[in-house]
Amino acid sequence: MINKVVAGAEAAIHDIPHGATLMLGGFGLCGIPENCITALVNKGVSQLTCISNNAGVDDFGIGLMLHKHQVKKMISSYVGENAEFERQLLSGELEVELVPQGTLATRCMAAGYGMPAIFTPAGVGTEVAEGKEIRVFNGKEYLVEHAFEADFALVKAWKGDTAGNLVYRLTARNFNPVMAMAGKITIAEVEELVPEGALDPDHIHTPGIYVHRIFQGEGYEKRIEQRTVRNSW
Amino acid sequence: MLDKHGIAQRIAKEIKNGYYVNLGIGIPTLVANYIPEGLDVVLQSENGLLGMGPFPLAGEEDADLINAGKQTITTLPGSAVFDSAMSFGMIRSQKVDLTILGAMEVSENGDIANWKIPGKMVKGMGGAMDLVASAKNIIVAMQHVNKAGESKLLTSCSLPLTGVNCVRKIVTELAVLDVLPQGGFLLLERAPGVTVDEIKRATAGKLVIAGDVPEMR
Repeated sequence: MINKVVAGAEAAIHDIPHGATLMLGGFGLCGIPENCITALVNKGVSQLTCISNNAGVDDFGIGLMLHKHQVKKMISSYVGENAEFERQLLSGELEVELVPQGTLATRCMAAGYGMPAIFTPAGVGTEVAEGKEIRVFNGKEYLVEHAFEADFALVKAWKGDTAGNLVYRLTARNFNPVMAMAGKITIAEVEELVPEGALDPDHIHTPGIYVHRIFQGEGYEKRIEQRTVRNSW
Repeated sequence: MLDKHGIAQRIAKEIKNGYYVNLGIGIPTLVANYIPEGLDVVLQSENGLLGMGPFPLAGEEDADLINAGKQTITTLPGSAVFDSAMSFGMIRSQKVDLTILGAMEVSENGDIANWKIPGKMVKGMGGAMDLVASAKNIIVAMQHVNKAGESKLLTSCSLPLTGVNCVRKIVTELAVLDVLPQGGFLLLERAPGVTVDEIKRATAGKLVIAGDVPEMR
């Protein structure tokens, strides 16, 4: 098999330039590419457009990049947990495009499936529809939403093999598989990098053809945003 | 008059055996506590889980297992996880039977506004626009009037819309109402101790009253 392994986060992201468009997997802080984000902060690239469902919190996730003024534009469905985000947005330093969550996921999926656009009813009759083409099928209106184009997709998986095949764990899967499929260059960081043959082909979520670079991540914090527990059954 | 738990308890009576249900954040989340015993109901969380279980016991939280409100949760026997595109695929293709969500305003033709207040920080619509555009049955859980005392059941919404002509039923602290296909709020039930006149005063949109309106059981 083709070996996709790179030494680490720094090597994986070394050629991400200023002004690049990135996809970052994760929902809230769950399943985010922690190592790649740290490496981007250290590298200091800026003017980035980030496609990600959320924008992290003040001191974690994409919030770390916002704090260093590396993000020019966020394309997200919900950005509510981040005071620095709010400050930059209100001061005009940061541009934001809000996209319905299902539309966001499916525009990624379309890119990975080689389809230029999708038709979705989400947003019909709302300001999301402004300036967009509407098509009617069986008497119902749908918005034409275009596939995303991303220079790099940064995803996080639970396990991956040297051929780039990925397996996710629980709801840390979220946007990672569709973004992995959508990047012109896809970088996967994994909690456990295994030799080829160690993963059952039947259990692979993202086939290695979509993954250009893979590395074993380290020091995962896996922060919990809303710790909720029950006392008993 | 109902408190938020009472609203959730009343909405839970709308859930039928075999339903797949998506619960929004806030009062809708509480509905899970009141699903009648003996019903087989599967909760969908749009970040990518079917079969959402209760919150974990302290010490058993798993950072990889959260719901759409980013709260730690558990799975149940028979649960399934999937990616976000598939999650909204099953919503769009109407595999989910019932969607329960909160609202800032609902109009008498079933339009809903629940994501944006002009002049305030906009956090985003999350999955709400996808859910309301596709769901076959939408119940709104909300207060009948806002904090300023103004009705949230209107002739037409004043806030930016989340979706059009989609809400089927509304449960508030005062009443249960259906949104009629031809427009108007049909008053189905009064909350305990609430009069029809009180509901009339709290409803700015067209209120339809057909005969005696029973008190909620």
